[in-house]
Amino acid sequence: MKPKHQRLLLAVIAVFALIGAGLIAAAALREEASYFYTPTTLASANVAPGKAIRLGGMVQKGSIVRAPDGVSITFTVQDKDKTQKVAYRGITPDLFVEGSGVVADGRLGPDGIFIADSLLAKHDENYVPKELADIDMNSAEHTKDTLSK
Amino acid sequence: MNRPWLLWIPLAVVAFIGGLAIYGLAVPKDEQVHSAMIGQKLPAFSLPAATAGVEGLASGDMIDGKPRLLNIFASWCIPCKAEAPYLEALKKAGVEIDAIAIRDRPEDVAAFLSEFGNPFRRIGSDSEMAVQLKLGSSGVPETYVIGGDGTILYQHIGDIRAEHVPMLIEKVNAAK
Amino acid sequence: MMAEAGLAALWLAAAMALLQLVGGMTLLRGGAGQLVPLIKPAAYVQGALCAFAFLALMWLFYVTDLSVLLVASNSHIDKPLIFKLAGTWGNHEGSMLLWVSVLSVSGAAIALLEKRIESKTLNATLAVQAFIALGFFAFLLFASNPFERLVPAPVEGNGLNPLLQDVGLAFHPPTLYFGYVGLSIAFSFAVGALLTNQVGPAFARAMRPWVLAAWIFLTIGITAGSYWAYYELGWGGWWFWDPVENASLLPWLAATALLHSVSVLATRNALRAWTIMLALVAFAMSMAGTFLVRSGILTSVHAFAVDPERGAFILALMLIYTGLAFVIFALRIGSVKQGEPFQLISREGGIVANNIFLSVILAVVLIGTLYPLAAEAMGDKISVGPPYFNKATVPIAVLLMLALLIGPMLRWRRDDLKRLKYWLIGGAAILLWSGIAVWKFALDVGLFPLLGIALSLALAVAAWLPLRGRKLLRTPLPIFGMVIAHFGIAVSVFGMAAESGFSSETLTALAPGESAQVAGWQVKLDDVNPVVGDNWVAVEGEMHAVKNGNAFMLRPQSRQFFKPEMQTSEAALLTRWNGQLYAVIAQPDQEGDGRWQVRLWWKPFVSFIWYGGLLIAVGGIIALLGRMFRRAKKPAKNKWQTT
Repeated sequence: MKPKHQRLLLAVIAVFALIGAGLIAAAALREEASYFYTPTTLASANVAPGKAIRLGGMVQKGSIVRAPDGVSITFTVQDKDKTQKVAYRGITPDLFVEGSGVVADGRLGPDGIFIADSLLAKHDENYVPKELADIDMNSAEHTKDTLSK
Repeated sequence: MNRPWLLWIPLAVVAFIGGLAIYGLAVPKDEQVHSAMIGQKLPAFSLPAATAGVEGLASGDMIDGKPRLLNIFASWCIPCKAEAPYLEALKKAGVEIDAIAIRDRPEDVAAFLSEFGNPFRRIGSDSEMAVQLKLGSSGVPETYVIGGDGTILYQHIGDIRAEHVPMLIEKVNAAK
Repeated sequence: MMAEAGLAALWLAAAMALLQLVGGMTLLRGGAGQLVPLIKPAAYVQGALCAFAFLALMWLFYVTDLSVLLVASNSHIDKPLIFKLAGTWGNHEGSMLLWVSVLSVSGAAIALLEKRIESKTLNATLAVQAFIALGFFAFLLFASNPFERLVPAPVEGNGLNPLLQDVGLAFHPPTLYFGYVGLSIAFSFAVGALLTNQVGPAFARAMRPWVLAAWIFLTIGITAGSYWAYYELGWGGWWFWDPVENASLLPWLAATALLHSVSVLATRNALRAWTIMLALVAFAMSMAGTFLVRSGILTSVHAFAVDPERGAFILALMLIYTGLAFVIFALRIGSVKQGEPFQLISREGGIVANNIFLSVILAVVLIGTLYPLAAEAMGDKISVGPPYFNKATVPIAVLLMLALLIGPMLRWRRDDLKRLKYWLIGGAAILLWSGIAVWKFALDVGLFPLLGIALSLALAVAAWLPLRGRKLLRTPLPIFGMVIAHFGIAVSVFGMAAESGFSSETLTALAPGESAQVAGWQVKLDDVNPVVGDNWVAVEGEMHAVKNGNAFMLRPQSRQFFKPEMQTSEAALLTRWNGQLYAVIAQPDQEGDGRWQVRLWWKPFVSFIWYGGLLIAVGGIIALLGRMFRRAKKPAKNKWQTT
């Protein structure tokens, strides 16, 4: 093989490998990227049960119910207009309290309840989950007050 | 190499990623989540005293026709210590200041006040951050300008520095 | 006083860097070059001044001088000494100062020690380094002065993120920073060689120890970071594909590829343009990683102090450095001559395969990490998590492992697979046999854990084969290093595959006196007690784990820190030769009924993941020692080469 051809061949292999990487990434992203929803957008989105998604909102006051096994809970996530029921089995994160912001990874069950695999709850002086930054927390709070009355 | 344009691909990739990153930085430029409560009435709340000797704070206490500042602070927060002298200066300038202490303990608040002085008329204790959330505040310290009728007029996020003092006095006076 | 002296040293060091840069520019313009002889001395002085500035800051933390803003906001009078010192770099300003100090000291070391490359290339390299340093000096002096005073001084200090009050994590970020700095030096060498048209074996040999050192630090950093997340987060996982983790993985992948390609360039004078490109990419990845971590533009599970403004500064530096470097690359690489040719079936060919697979993994991880940002630009909020990364990277990693089984046994330049047919057949047999064995053992585990175990068993044997037929005492140390590092990969992959395929988990709520089972272990919660630490209180579970008549004590904690307020889980780990029992206890909620949430895992061979990581690093260290030792033995020849 002539030197010049070798360099060309290697360059072509490299370019193909990177195109391949792009294709692999695109295919995997199509299947595995999980979209972020709030209860309102979820209600209108028609998401298939079992598809991995993220759900964010505020934990509704008075909604956390602990099952007798001590490790399963259900609670309601809400934003301005809508609510979504969530079931979770596991140790809840430290800052998970009623009225705090939460982002749950999981999927919708066939019965319409969101089954969370993990919860990310952080609301302290330094950190608001970025996905929640757009949500109007005050409206959420107001709805909550109205709802609990 | 007879395909010089091929050599510019890496630069193009860097430029693309750079553009993406610049976008990422530019869009949530305002990382501070401003309260959506501005222009609205104070939400109703009533907080117990944060420490002995200073009364607690209810929303009704601030609706007496007189505009004032509402300072959200905590004894464990460093910028709150840094802004203490400027709150003192605001008080000297005749501005009334109420406060809400976030997730604090009475003895810590007392220590804070004895060390940095007490510019506050009333201090409510918000141990669960419930009122803070209602006000649309996402951190400490924050300072609100509250109109005499209980309307939230302005939100200052972060510590008050020397350059903010005249501006806050101006806002309070404008509300009279 | 100390703070002012440190600041003055920084300004002077910046002036020295400027002098080096100007000197380097006159050199490249072919001017009279009066400044050129000053480049090396300026590098020495810059290194000394930076070291002084860093030590000054460390002193301020040591005495807890709260009149310095940085100390006040990141330290506390009650904090243990080791964490006071770690506070020096456990924050943005301090870590940037550490960065630039290591960079400058390394520059001085290059100026002093590097004798293999032409002095023109060396000076150009030092000028590029000074250019990089200048950006960070500007950053420190104008945007984040670590020596800024605070008036009035507080009495206590603000503490440090409690998650960072952990010996492992106190030393984790600097380890990664050392790696990043090493890659910046490789970058400087690459640009210096490109500018002076000296891309060849001498350049590769000069750059190699720095790449190797950077790679060792990154390997240790990733291994330690993974272990830290494993026991501190209390989630039982060891890799979450979180942006912050990917930020450290991306430079490691690039550095691993570079490490291999640079050895081709040093030994066989091939892969010239590709090596230059990888050096630029590796540095770009380390800057991008720093940017991702510090800017907070992506949501991470790891608590980091983020600051978009500083992120913008790092981004600007990254775009200037890598942008300029790729412009130089595009303009100059055409003049770099084609290297020595080789057959595809050869050691070079194997390393090309390694590089391609690593690059593909790098691209896939980079795309997955940045995709949420691109989606957001188009109005969608998307998160990309472990399912994507596992699906997209694991199959390529399998190909990489297959290449690794054969590659190190191939000869340079050209080889014939027939020569290796017995080993190939043997390897295939091991692969097949172990695959079948594991398959029989557990059918419902899934393909990749089984494949991973089979491949790692095959590699555990194949890794040692390059030593075959060598006289062990006369084998160069770098060969031992390579063998050990590759064996470490087998160990680590075995642990990953075993853990992901064969873990068992029990989640339950226990009252004191009750028991739970996991994988044959009987775990009894004897009692729960309050415990008090330096700046935290905790509840501590007292558990008895019994299996086959052996009883062990487990004490998981759930800690509550005060300043700032935060909770962390301290998992209790019981390590046996064949795995770990991992126990977590959680704080009860308000309406608790006297039961405690307990989560138990049995994770077979999980510790192999980190032992493997350490072996990989040890292999790197042996190789590095070998390179340094060999260099020290023949100074005369090098001198002859440079004159």
